[in-house]
Amino acid sequence: MQEPPLLWLDDMSVRFELGRSRGSGPVHAVTDARVRLSPGQVLALVGESGCGKSVLASALLGLLPSNAWIRGRAWLHPGTDEEVELLSSSEHVLARRVRGRRIGLVPQSAATHLTPVRTARDQLAETFRELRGRVDHGSVDELAGRVGLAPADLAHYPHELSGGMAQRVAVASALVADPSVVIADEPTTGLDRPLVDRVTDLLGELADRNRGVLLITHDLAAAKRVATHVAVMYASRVVESGPAEEVFHRPWHPYTKGLLEAMPEAGFQPVPGHPPALTELAELEREWGCVFCLRCPDTPGVAPCNGDPALVEYGSRSVAAHPPC
Amino acid sequence: MLRAREVVAGYDRGRAVLDRVDVVVPPGAVRGLAGPSGCGKSTLARVLALLQRPWSGTVELDGRPVRGARYSVPAELRTAVGIVFQQPRPAVDPRMTLRQVVSEPLRARGIRRPWRRVGELAELTGLNDELLDRMPHEVSDGQLQRACLARAVAPRPRYLICDEMTGMLDASTTAALVRVVGELVNEEGTGVLAISHDEPLLLAWAGDDVIRW
Repeated sequence: MQEPPLLWLDDMSVRFELGRSRGSGPVHAVTDARVRLSPGQVLALVGESGCGKSVLASALLGLLPSNAWIRGRAWLHPGTDEEVELLSSSEHVLARRVRGRRIGLVPQSAATHLTPVRTARDQLAETFRELRGRVDHGSVDELAGRVGLAPADLAHYPHELSGGMAQRVAVASALVADPSVVIADEPTTGLDRPLVDRVTDLLGELADRNRGVLLITHDLAAAKRVATHVAVMYASRVVESGPAEEVFHRPWHPYTKGLLEAMPEAGFQPVPGHPPALTELAELEREWGCVFCLRCPDTPGVAPCNGDPALVEYGSRSVAAHPPC
Repeated sequence: MLRAREVVAGYDRGRAVLDRVDVVVPPGAVRGLAGPSGCGKSTLARVLALLQRPWSGTVELDGRPVRGARYSVPAELRTAVGIVFQQPRPAVDPRMTLRQVVSEPLRARGIRRPWRRVGELAELTGLNDELLDRMPHEVSDGQLQRACLARAVAPRPRYLICDEMTGMLDASTTAALVRVVGELVNEEGTGVLAISHDEPLLLAWAGDDVIRW
């Protein structure tokens, strides 16, 4: 039997209202996202920059700016005594019960998230005090050791740390309260391949300890290395999701295929055209159905495309508009 | 060719990042440079793009040694080498439209209506009219990096340094930009130094011609 999910997103949408003078509609950042994250999974959310990946993560943590409006539901630990609906929770609940405690966040470009005038140890100790109420340096060292940092490394200031070390400090901070869900937002950008491998392996170890990891990345190689499941996002929508091996081995959606064929070792062929502006998606969907139609090799509404942008389940996998033949 | 000869360069006194480095960028070809972060790749990029003066050694442009860096270098030499950085956002003025970003080096050279060339560059890099009229905050990293590439090649540099140009980009945009650079190499004979820590990328981009640091 499958374990109950840690995180359950149901038809979550995020819109940003722009200034009235712009004369354009709202930005469709996330549309009808349905995501399940279970213990032991690393779910890679992949897609090109600007497709809504990071907005999805920020929405779960209540970190969106005030011009955003959110629809849908996102449950943390659904069906248990600890169930929290994240999107309707007050800032107080999110700050005191969720952020850092039950969902850890590893931010993009970790070095800029560390306070420049304090050492790594000082910052980790502060996180311990805040989240666990007390700090003993034995546990700081132990946690640092888990992410591959020596106690001596912690004496450094952020500018003295390499990108990879700063990233590991950020991972350690996210793990202080031993959260059951870790969201890593582009944790490998700017790192070289051996460091990417170490950071992704760290995330994999978390999943092995029955945590759930949501890995947001545009780096398909990193996703392939560590993900157990994958969700491909395009122009605000999840267009395909399922077990990583199956999706990477036999993609159904033409965008997933396009991304995989663009990898250097797999042909290096770009997907033609550009992603649509996020303000024009509603119009695009009215006209064509699927938002990928402008770049798609298939004719809209003619098999294999059924022109329906909604994600439909087929066994363990889901896909939009392009059902498996 | 563009050549760094016996170059020693760095930032803090007494701590050279590059120690007697020799690198040659041949015209009409892509040469890759791979290495871990912190090994001096970007410093070499800055030296070759004439943005940073080496402590000793020289940069040679088609056999001619170039003295100085930045504005102390005559404009016709300075525009012979273009550079694209990893992060497009800090590399553009946030108050300019992409059209202004792309046309800036042309206007700086006294071309008052460079719009035909801007049109060519837009077509080359896959930008369209509607994108050219947007501000940097209204486009994605990938679209902005296309504009940075268009700006770098606007004055038809003989050499182009791509310093982790695709580091922030998804696989499809990466492949698209690499293809654009390939067209420049084939059609204009541009010599390219592609710098990255991503070896699979460089092997696909530069073939076997990859220097490993």
